[in-house]
Formats: sequence, C-alpha cells, structure tokens
Amino acid sequence: MSGEVPLWEVFIRPRNGLAHKHVGSLHATDEVMALQAARDVYTRRGEGNSIWVVASNAITASDPDQAGENFEPGEKIYRHPTFYEIPDEVGHM
Amino acid sequence: MYSQGLIGADGRSEETPEFLAAFQARVDAETKIEPNDDMPEGYRRTLVRQIGQHAHSEIVGMLPEGNWITRAPSLRRKAALLAKVQDEGGHGLYLYSAAETLGVSRKQMTEELLDGRAKYSSIFNYPTLSWADIGIIGWLVDGAAIMNQIPLCRCSYGPYARAMIRVCKEESFHQRQGYEIVMKLAQGTPEQKAMVQDALNRWWWPSIMMFGPHDADSQHSDQSMAWKIKRFTNDELRQKFIDATVPQAEYLDLTLPDPDLKWNEEKGGYDHGPIDWDEFWRVVKGFGPMAKDRVKARKKAWDDGEWVREAALAHAEKRKARAQAAPMAAE
Amino acid sequence: MALFDALLELADDHLVLGHRVSEWCGHAPMLEEDLAMPNMALDVIGTARSLYDYAGKVEGAGRDEDDLAYLRGEREYRNLLLVERPNEDFAHTMLRQLYFAAFMHPYWTAALTSQDETIQGIAGKAVKEMAYHIRHAGEWVVRLGDGTEESARRMADAVQSLSIYVGELFEEGAAEGVDVLPSRAAIRDEWLATVKRVFDEAGLTFEDSKFPQTGGRSGVHGEGLGHMLAEMQSVHRAHPGATW
Repeated sequence: MSGEVPLWEVFIRPRNGLAHKHVGSLHATDEVMALQAARDVYTRRGEGNSIWVVASNAITASDPDQAGENFEPGEKIYRHPTFYEIPDEVGHM
Repeated sequence: MYSQGLIGADGRSEETPEFLAAFQARVDAETKIEPNDDMPEGYRRTLVRQIGQHAHSEIVGMLPEGNWITRAPSLRRKAALLAKVQDEGGHGLYLYSAAETLGVSRKQMTEELLDGRAKYSSIFNYPTLSWADIGIIGWLVDGAAIMNQIPLCRCSYGPYARAMIRVCKEESFHQRQGYEIVMKLAQGTPEQKAMVQDALNRWWWPSIMMFGPHDADSQHSDQSMAWKIKRFTNDELRQKFIDATVPQAEYLDLTLPDPDLKWNEEKGGYDHGPIDWDEFWRVVKGFGPMAKDRVKARKKAWDDGEWVREAALAHAEKRKARAQAAPMAAE
Repeated sequence: MALFDALLELADDHLVLGHRVSEWCGHAPMLEEDLAMPNMALDVIGTARSLYDYAGKVEGAGRDEDDLAYLRGEREYRNLLLVERPNEDFAHTMLRQLYFAAFMHPYWTAALTSQDETIQGIAGKAVKEMAYHIRHAGEWVVRLGDGTEESARRMADAVQSLSIYVGELFEEGAAEGVDVLPSRAAIRDEWLATVKRVFDEAGLTFEDSKFPQTGGRSGVHGEGLGHMLAEMQSVHRAHPGATW
C-alpha cells in the first residue's frame, strides 16, 4: 500500500500590488509537482499571477486555547488615534 | 454538484451541558468555527461525514458525465463538458481539503469510498443514456445542487464555507451550459426533442429526491440546523427548486413527468405528486443501476494509479537525499 | 489548397491528441492529475478548433470546425500516428505528451514570425501552452523514470513503443512549400535536445528508430483511430444537419 502523499497549502497573489492569500490546499509528492498542481487546480479562471506552496507540516500555528491570553490583552486603547484629544482648530492630524 | 440530505450521520455528543451551550452560543452569534477550535465531537463527526460525502459525490459525479466527453456532438460542447467535469474534480479536491482540516486524510476518505463505507449522492447511480442526459444533468442536477450549496456558503464551519464559496462561483456556468444544451435540443429536430423529453422523464424524479427525505422523516436535520451546518430543510429547498424549474421547462415546451404538478395560489408555490421513497431508499442503500460500476471505476483508477503515486513518492525521497548529499560532497 | 491540407494535418494532430488525453478524465492516478490532464486536453482541443476554423475559411466551401472534425472518416484524417496511440498507461500518456509538446513548442515559436496573421495568432497562444506541457509531462517522465523499479520499467516500455512514431514528426507532409508555416525537418535538433534533457534526469536513453512508422499524413493509420472516430462522431452523424 502506498504511503500518504504530503499536503501543501497554496497561496495566490491575484495581481501585482496585492499580498499572496491562502486559497486552499492540495496533495503532491514534492514542491515542483505541488506548484504545478496549484497552477492546474487554483488558477483555472485567471485567479492570479504568482503562487506560493508551503508544506502544511511546515506551518506553526497559534493555539486557539491561548487565544484569550494572546489576543485579548492586546487591546490598549491608547494605541488608537481617537484616544487623544486634539482641538478641531489644529486641523486633520 | 451534490445535494441530498445527510444519510446516517450521528451527531450525538457527550460533552458537558456547559460546553455545548457555550459552543451553541458561538454558533448562534454567527462566529465561524475554525479547524483547531474546540468543538463537540458530534459536530466534528457530522462535518467529516457530510463534507466527505459531498467530496465523494463530486468525484463519482465525474463518471456519468465523463461518459459523454468522447461523444460530445460538437467541439464547443466537448470543450465545455470537459471543463465542467474537470471542475467537479476541483470541487471534490476543495472539499477533501476542507474535511482534512478536521483530522481525516484524503487517503482515508478515499479508502472509505472504495470499500463502500462512505456514501455519495445517489443521483450518480443512474446511467447517462443519451447526449440529452448531459443537458438535463446540468440543468436539473446542478440546479438542485446549487439550491443546496448556496446556503452552505454560510455554514458555521469556516473551511467548508470557504470551499463552498469557491464551488458556487465556479458552478454558475454548469447549470447554464446544461440549460443551453437542453434548449438546443428542445428547439431542434423531432428526434432531438424526443431525446430531451426522454432524458427529462428519467431524471426529474431522481433530481427531486436529491433533497433527501421529507422533513418529518429526516433524522439528522434538527441538530444540523441548530449547528448551522444546514440552513434550510430538505422540503424548503425542494420547493424552491421546483418553483424555479417549472417555468424553465414551460419556456421550452417540455413536460415534467408529474401529472399532479400544479400551482398552489395559497402557498405561492407548486404542489407535486408523491415521491417514490422505496426507490429513493433502494438507490441510497447502494442498489442504484450503476452503483457497482461507479465504485468499480473509482477503484480501478485508484489501483491503476498506485504505481504512479509510489514512483513519485520514491522520486521525492531520492531528491531529498540527493539535496542533502550535495552540500556534504562539496565540503 | 496546400495551406488547407497543411492546416488540416495540424488540426487533426491537436484534436486526436486532445481526445486521447480527455479519455483520462475521471480516471487519473491522483485527483490533482484529474485536473491537470483536462487542462492539457482543453489546450490542444482549443488549438484544433482555431485551426479547423481557419482551414474552413481557407477552403472557402462553407465547412466549419464541426464539419471538418465530425464528417471525415479515418482515411481522411491526416494526424500523426504518435497522437492517436492509445493511452496504455500513465507513462505512455506522459511520454506521448512530451514528444508532441517538445515538437510543437519550437514549431509555434517559429510560426510567431509567420507572414500569416491568423497563424501568428494561433501560435502566440499555443506556444505558452506547449511550454507548460513540456514542463508538466517532462516532470512526470522524470519521476516515473527515476521512481521505482516498476515505474522505470513502464517508462522504458513507453520509450520503446513510441520511438517508432517519432520520425513522422519531422516530415513536411502537406506543408511542403507552404511558406507561412515553419519547416518541420528543421525542428529535429531542438526536439532532441528537449527530450535528452528530460531523459538524462529520468535515467532514460533515447534511440531513434531505424524503421520509423509513417502513414498518418496520407490517412493510413493504426486500427485504433477508426474506433476513436466512430465513438467521437457517433452522435453527430446520427443526426445529420442537426445543431447542438
């Protein structure tokens, strides 16, 4: 019985000036075939002009159980411009 | 393309009431559930089963239509059909990917399909017997699938919803190409008209059955609705489909094979005749006319392809080894 | 009429190959390849349609792409024997694609400077497609040649069985003296270089056959083509004059 063909995550840049965006995943035995498969699977309707493929197991993700400690304390209101009072006469700042 | 209410999912869950209530609150607040989030085991199981069935349906669905790629009667139709069947493969691929985020591999799912443990939409267990079937499938089967799939774009599970958005975007050409084929035949020679009416007669009831059992007989609907995996009931979607399709058939002067079909002013929709549920369950349980052939064809492709996959894996190992050996040799 | 005949030869090559590749749809070794192969088939079927369309205009007898594709029998088809060869297995299919694309890429590149604007236009699109087919089929030939014992054996079988059809690629056929189309004989060196580059990496050797099979250009085909056309044309021919 054959082994598992590795999983890859696919990122596509729709056009120059935009960032690559995750569009999905696929299976391929190596990076060259992954890139070709990404082209054949995810760009059949002119979706982009650049592709990245990343082996799924190379991605390190944050733990959703730590979402609270990771992301909630980040909300410091003095990091936002509206925290500061500037008179209207000063103009847009 | 896929529809059909979920057959045989077990959405039961043993988590604490507090956990389940908190999860339900997230779903009710329309917060999408993402792969690594805590979720009730029943929710995960239901999704794995449903997304898997959906993916298998796309893959098996390539076969009945693929049956006519080599006989398409014009080059324009040949190209469109090939592109459509290719899309179905793509949809299967997106969906397998979505299911894989829940911890089940494509290989596992494929093996379940091939050994008969996993189900797929039973509509594909009917044979395609004429070119008109290709038009009717695009019009009715894809039409029914779209009814079912559009609400899935808002499904509570993020990866499934995202896959469905992509699927729905691509699927919009499928129904139109089907209706165009049907239209050409309906406006064609007497033989062509007879061909398309015959196809419609064979596919109408199976298409209606794609929405699954009546709500009263659908065991898994309630939990799936509560979890917002499902947004409309089987009967609601079936009604929408019939209401949309009747005028399209009338426009082409085609007869839907249901003498009881008539407009009901009061409910603002069409009433239809009784559905043959014995037939439905027979096909669901694997006794559709093409059931054995479909799985056999998939199994043959998988088995015949094994040496190719193994060769590519072996080459990848060698590449890695060579890449590692190269810098050492240079030292 | 030499241009018409030459266009027909090219169109038949592309349609017959596209048809063969399309036979894989839904039966590929892995799902990713179920998407890759229709892309290749659609590329060459698209080129065939443009070529038939232009051939019909050149002929001026009112025949359209479907008349030319569906209403000629196997003795009238002018395709290369290579492209009609049955799929056999994935190794044969990928090698057939590599051989064809390794020829058509330099061919269309040369056609980019044709004096004929329609041919230039067709070449402009096809040249990019053929570059991709060389890459995709080439990568597979490398993997199969280098992969396992079984894949190497199957790849070597494919090389063996398709080698006798290579020589026909370089025959001028009806294009002899048609100055808006490139010379086919001149492409041999570049074809060989492309194939050698892939074969070196795949651990395969190419040996030109001493006795190349030809005959496609005069409508003398293998027995398989008649079956392919019978299937392809069945619906169209059963309803003369119908529109689809």
